[in-house]
Amino acid sequence: MSLSAAPFEPDRGYRLNPDVALRPEPFGALAYHFGTRRLSLLKAPGLVELVRGLGSHGSVSEALAGVDESRRPAFLQALAALAASDMIVPQP
Amino acid sequence: MTAVSCEPVPALALQFERGLAAPICLTWEWTYACNLSCAHCLSSSGRRDPAELSTAQMRAVIDELHDMQVFYANVGGGEPTMRPDFWELLEYAVGRQVGVKFSTNGARLTAERARRLAATDYVDVQISLDGATREVNDAVRGRGSYDVALRAIAHLAEAGMAGFKISVVMTRHNVPQLDQFAALADRFGAQLRITRLRPSGRGAEVWPQLHPTAAQQREIHAWLTAHGEHVLTGDSFFHLNALGGPPLPGLNLCGAGRIVCLIDPVGDVYACPFAIHDAFRAGNVRCPGGFAEVWRSSPLFARLRTHTSGGACSSCPQYSACRGGCMAAKFFTGMPLDGPDPECVLGHGANRPGGRPSVGNDHSRPAAPARRVVVTLGMPAVCAPARPCDSSPLAGAS
Repeated sequence: MSLSAAPFEPDRGYRLNPDVALRPEPFGALAYHFGTRRLSLLKAPGLVELVRGLGSHGSVSEALAGVDESRRPAFLQALAALAASDMIVPQP
Repeated sequence: MTAVSCEPVPALALQFERGLAAPICLTWEWTYACNLSCAHCLSSSGRRDPAELSTAQMRAVIDELHDMQVFYANVGGGEPTMRPDFWELLEYAVGRQVGVKFSTNGARLTAERARRLAATDYVDVQISLDGATREVNDAVRGRGSYDVALRAIAHLAEAGMAGFKISVVMTRHNVPQLDQFAALADRFGAQLRITRLRPSGRGAEVWPQLHPTAAQQREIHAWLTAHGEHVLTGDSFFHLNALGGPPLPGLNLCGAGRIVCLIDPVGDVYACPFAIHDAFRAGNVRCPGGFAEVWRSSPLFARLRTHTSGGACSSCPQYSACRGGCMAAKFFTGMPLDGPDPECVLGHGANRPGGRPSVGNDHSRPAAPARRVVVTLGMPAVCAPARPCDSSPLAGAS
């Protein structure tokens, strides 16, 4: 179920939804959305870093430039899933 | 819950077997006091325990849960609303971003309370109902309890409380009512939640009469396979996965001490809400280090987080599907913890003799009708023998 009104656009800037808390876990992090009360698992420490720092980049593509090239497609897919569940939202 | 994976990592279940930084599913029982005496009460509730946590101690635990980022607690009892400070604590928890999902029999859920709950974020309500008809419900939960629950359900619906839960423990008498429960939930804009009966607490006494038959286990599985996406189960039917087919939604593993635990009204921490027994007590929130110390450092939890072998089940081709079932169900029916579940759908749990463990923590009211059981409904009434502890707290202690 997609909660976000707009489709995921990697050329835009995104940020962690202010309603979402990240809890560090051995495998990465647990994301909890206080609005939808949904839990998601971020199953890679690298992805957690990326999500935490997303808001300081002008676009998702720019944020991904700092990620090892071989991991970019998988991370991009993960971010799309997080956008679909409203865990990350377009920057205002 | 969704998993966002982006590279090969060990299966989710394996990650969870090693335990998390804090529980995901924390059950917190706020009092042993209860206005009902349900025949299958898994915490043997009835009387308040004089040693129950004070308001200040409850707040301290909430502060800890906030610091550990436990995002919500499943609050129960007893009947949690019997605590005079219930509403105050609920507001305090929500204010600390510890969401509250509380279970209630509805007795104190007035129209006014329902309106206030509907206006509060981070609160979910579950009304317990164990029969879709008065007859079936009241046989287990006591006379009048059906009407009380339905009145509370109507108050919540009228107040516009979206998505509150109607929570059903599946018994031999209500499995045929699954469709009726679903219709009832639809009628009030509620979500249906069904969970497995456990032989815990007073449930041990009525388990032989009330737990679903083998045919009914298959019926539950088929019904969940057809309707599962709209129904919550608390992940409690994973033992049915041995029937084959696509696994039921959920993590499908025993989360005890790994992602699940229980804090009881006196602050004792147990591995899971169905295992209120000394054998599964990990510590107490009043001890130095509090709840966090118990969760992180309890030797019991450390043991539960190591990989367990299948024991007698390891040669069974379905072991990877059912994972041996429920630890508490085995323990309280006197079966080995590394053997089959008493409700093993392949029949491996049947006819295994075993002594039931003594019950260590009974808050039943002495005169509670449930002590002289029970649940007749078309079958001859059977009187459960009184426990040795009914006369002396030391009688029968080994």
